[in-house]
Amino acid sequence: MDVLVCVKRVPAFGAEVVLTEDGELDTRHLGFTIGPHEECAVEEAVRIAERTSGSAGVLTVGPPEAEEQLRYAMAMGADHGVFVEGTGEDPQATAAAILAALREIGPYDLLLFGNESADACQYQVGARVANGLGLPVLAGVKGIEIGAGEVTLRRDVPDGVEVYRAPLPAVAAVAEGLNLPRYPSIKGRLRAKKAPLHRISPEAAPGGLRTLRLRTPPGIGTETKVLGSGAEAADAVLSVLEDLGVLR
Amino acid sequence: MAELPDRATVVVIGAGIVGNSLVHHLADRGWRDIVLLDKGPLPDPGGSTGHASNFIFPVDHSKEITWLTLDSMRQYEKFNTLTTCGGIEVAREPQRVEELERRMASAKSWGISAELIGPQRTHELMPFLDPGVILAGFHTPSVAVVDPLQTGVLMREQANQLDALHTAANTEVLAIETTDGRIRRVRTDRGDIETDTVVIACGVWSPRLARMAGAHIPLTPAVHQMIDVGPIPELERTNAEIAYPIVRDMDPLMYERQSGADLEVGSYAHRPILHEPDEIPSIAAAALSPTQLPFTDADFDPQMEQALELFPDILGNPEAGIRHAINGLLSLTPDGGPLLGETPEVRGLWSAAAVWIKEGPGVGRMLAEWMTDGAPEIDPHAADIARFYPHQRTRAHVRARANEGFNKTYGIVHPREQWESNREQRLSPFYTREVELGARFFEVGGWERPQWYESNRELLERYPVADRPHEWDARWWSPISNAEHLAMREHAAMIDLTAFAQFDITGPGALEFIQWMTVAQMDRPVGRIMYTPVLAPNGGFRSDLTVVRLGERWFRVVTGGADGARDLKWFTGNLPVDAALHADVSLHDVTSAVCTIGLWGPRARDVLAACTEDDVSNDGFPFGTAREILVGSVPVLAMRLSYVGDLGWELHAPFEQGAQLWDALYAAGRPHGLVPAGIGVYGTTGRLEKGYRLMGAELELEYSPVEAGLALPKVKSADFIGKEAYLRARDGEPIATLCTLSYGGTQRFPQGGEPILTTGGERIVDRKGRGSHVTSAGSGPTLGTYLLMAYLPAQYAVEGTELTVEYMGERYPVVVARAGRTPLFDPDDTRMRV
Repeated sequence: MDVLVCVKRVPAFGAEVVLTEDGELDTRHLGFTIGPHEECAVEEAVRIAERTSGSAGVLTVGPPEAEEQLRYAMAMGADHGVFVEGTGEDPQATAAAILAALREIGPYDLLLFGNESADACQYQVGARVANGLGLPVLAGVKGIEIGAGEVTLRRDVPDGVEVYRAPLPAVAAVAEGLNLPRYPSIKGRLRAKKAPLHRISPEAAPGGLRTLRLRTPPGIGTETKVLGSGAEAADAVLSVLEDLGVLR
Repeated sequence: MAELPDRATVVVIGAGIVGNSLVHHLADRGWRDIVLLDKGPLPDPGGSTGHASNFIFPVDHSKEITWLTLDSMRQYEKFNTLTTCGGIEVAREPQRVEELERRMASAKSWGISAELIGPQRTHELMPFLDPGVILAGFHTPSVAVVDPLQTGVLMREQANQLDALHTAANTEVLAIETTDGRIRRVRTDRGDIETDTVVIACGVWSPRLARMAGAHIPLTPAVHQMIDVGPIPELERTNAEIAYPIVRDMDPLMYERQSGADLEVGSYAHRPILHEPDEIPSIAAAALSPTQLPFTDADFDPQMEQALELFPDILGNPEAGIRHAINGLLSLTPDGGPLLGETPEVRGLWSAAAVWIKEGPGVGRMLAEWMTDGAPEIDPHAADIARFYPHQRTRAHVRARANEGFNKTYGIVHPREQWESNREQRLSPFYTREVELGARFFEVGGWERPQWYESNRELLERYPVADRPHEWDARWWSPISNAEHLAMREHAAMIDLTAFAQFDITGPGALEFIQWMTVAQMDRPVGRIMYTPVLAPNGGFRSDLTVVRLGERWFRVVTGGADGARDLKWFTGNLPVDAALHADVSLHDVTSAVCTIGLWGPRARDVLAACTEDDVSNDGFPFGTAREILVGSVPVLAMRLSYVGDLGWELHAPFEQGAQLWDALYAAGRPHGLVPAGIGVYGTTGRLEKGYRLMGAELELEYSPVEAGLALPKVKSADFIGKEAYLRARDGEPIATLCTLSYGGTQRFPQGGEPILTTGGERIVDRKGRGSHVTSAGSGPTLGTYLLMAYLPAQYAVEGTELTVEYMGERYPVVVARAGRTPLFDPDDTRMRV
């Protein structure tokens, strides 16, 4: 079966997010990546493609630099890449761009998304695309099993597990923990570097969200507290562990 | 957190391997109240020590760097943080095989066990390597990996046991305050510390800290890319951090080393990626650490293919992933060397920067010696931060040279190789004339100096000179040099010596000061020229230079351009601190005010007489004297001495009248057969025929003036730096003697650094453990032989002794032609005294 994973280029932050004076991200020393949910989505797609002798595609909507993330996903094993020109900032516009792209490259049996993007966290794109295609969608997915013409999806809920069955094609927004994503191999990386990309420039459909500026909220940051040293510190450490609930 | 002390003997900033080693060695040498600060947490404050690949290949062509590395290895071993794994530098290209043969020679010179091996043997030692890709390997069994973070912890512990150290992590330096050019105080976010000594051991941040005090540490942070590939079952199975030799794949400028189940692949082949010290991210904003920046994979892709080619199976395993990839920051300097010693700008401010893991502990010891005794045991020539002239400390220069130098990290660098970037910084007034004459310029101290003149190519018809058949030997060399030499010996030559550094020492205390600084008697009549060694307190060679007395209270120091900046620092650093005495003597750098032409050869007097009305006869202007003459309307300080062994003068003129002087000499000289000659004659052929010693080659801290054959017949009564050690050295028998050797080869020509061996090929080592090696090499065109200089122990320092020299994998016969100072050419010096 044919699986398509949609990924987003996001900054790989340290502990502190550095902003420029005019309220934008200071990207001088930022690396970019795809979010952990999306890494799991790529891993899952590659495994499904391997198991079913199908294909695992990867798509991104973003600026030209986002090609780097496509190639990363392809180095992990995705076999084709689709680059859709756009900003990737507004979920409505992003979903519209994906839908437009799918009209050109589609159809797929299974569309995978990260549950939410690692930077904006709007939880929307997967649901909007599913809605646009009239397909069933489930978010927070941590287990996928492919059956004959159907897919079984599992997700954790407080004090339990929910299991859904949906006919294919379907859409799933997956969450970290679905699997343990692999690192790209050297051969994978070299293959991905040379692989041709399918490039699509859809009509830009403006979305409804606009970023005004970013601001660092006060009081965020880590604080180091020295509890003591040597054996004398043992009691203090114990009490912290108890407060954290890791000791019962 | 413990209170910060408000006073310290020394504040060391930076708790990487260098800072930790320094506090340990200072404590060992009796220093107390040492404060070690770092902005980051311990044991890994976030600098380059925390992410380095931590392996050590001991063999380097530089004696100084090799010594620092070997000392560091001994220290790591002592702390039990060293694991020996062996290492192989492999060659893919024939040219690299020659470079590996040069490595073998350096290994022998410095006494490190190593062997050249073939592809199969390399494959046996490192079974995952494809032997079909390589031509040869240079195997050093003592190559090791170390743990510099743990070593740092143990070094601090040792200092703590002596109750000598206060360590403050998470403490940021806000300012370094000075008064009258001296260190006074370090301000931190946790309080101020009064001190008169600060050491900056902050790696890539060092320039920023130095600037706080008004000084420069000329380095730039630069990226070195590394990836970790794993898990690789073949490596995992060894259950060891490292069970196979480290491979340096020299031609693609890469390395591969096992790290547990992973193979770490590093590269010096990508484009130079330079950063700014002020823009390195903070610890909080850094995803990994401030010196581990996000990997830029497009830069690394070509290297990945090379690595895969060499290790097809283990790196081609689809299960082995790129688990870790960084753009690690390291420090690059304008010439690739470390930056050690007191800064020339601020007294009490020391630099301990641009140091690799492999040299860290050794650098700590060296600096501790230097700070305690006034000089380290090993000559810090190529590491001394004072070696840079002001223009070389600028950001523009550092970045230009770092850009150019990065890919030389694993490159094949010819000993005479010239830099290409940021040239034409210091031009003598003769420069345009020299360009017209087709000068080939070499750089020293930023000066452009003609090495030879293409316009002299026609001299080769009159003076046939054999070309050097091998490209490497002939690189950055021309037979024209030898022809210029022969023309000088027959007629006369004029040589641009403007690169000399010159400083005037004046005032009521001038004589006392210059006496204190030099070995030779300086209390001589006005107009006398004094050649003198300058010693370090341990009696080792600090410098050799010429002093001319221009007045009762006026001495001019003339020294080589290569060492001028270090000499200036040595002299200014020894000026009296006391304000009252300070007024007594002042030092003024006149380098930029004076240009110099050397005029030498049997016809030199005829040439000079033709353009001056002053008396230049031997009676009127005897050897060893200096005075002002007029060449047309140019006032010239003429100094009758010679570094090439022929009659003549150094002619010093006001810089702006240089062209006048050049033209006058040139016009007057041509009828006498005068030729312009390059530094190839001055610095190599003329010098070697006369057996003159060169600072940094023959002359260095490890050898005494007695061994160099430069002890003066009398010892002056005045006290001077190093006198005690000098007297001791004079009393004892020299352990080694500097000799000039006549080389028997005709096809290949050693370039310097090669080991001198017995006829049976055994290393020659003196009682102090110093191995005999070539300190200088070059033609002696008049003598008709190729000359080498080397220190030899007494039993070999006998004229006529037959020995060998190893060069490019072959041994060639040499004969000791001269033991000691007497020149081979014109032994009685009659030619320059007529």
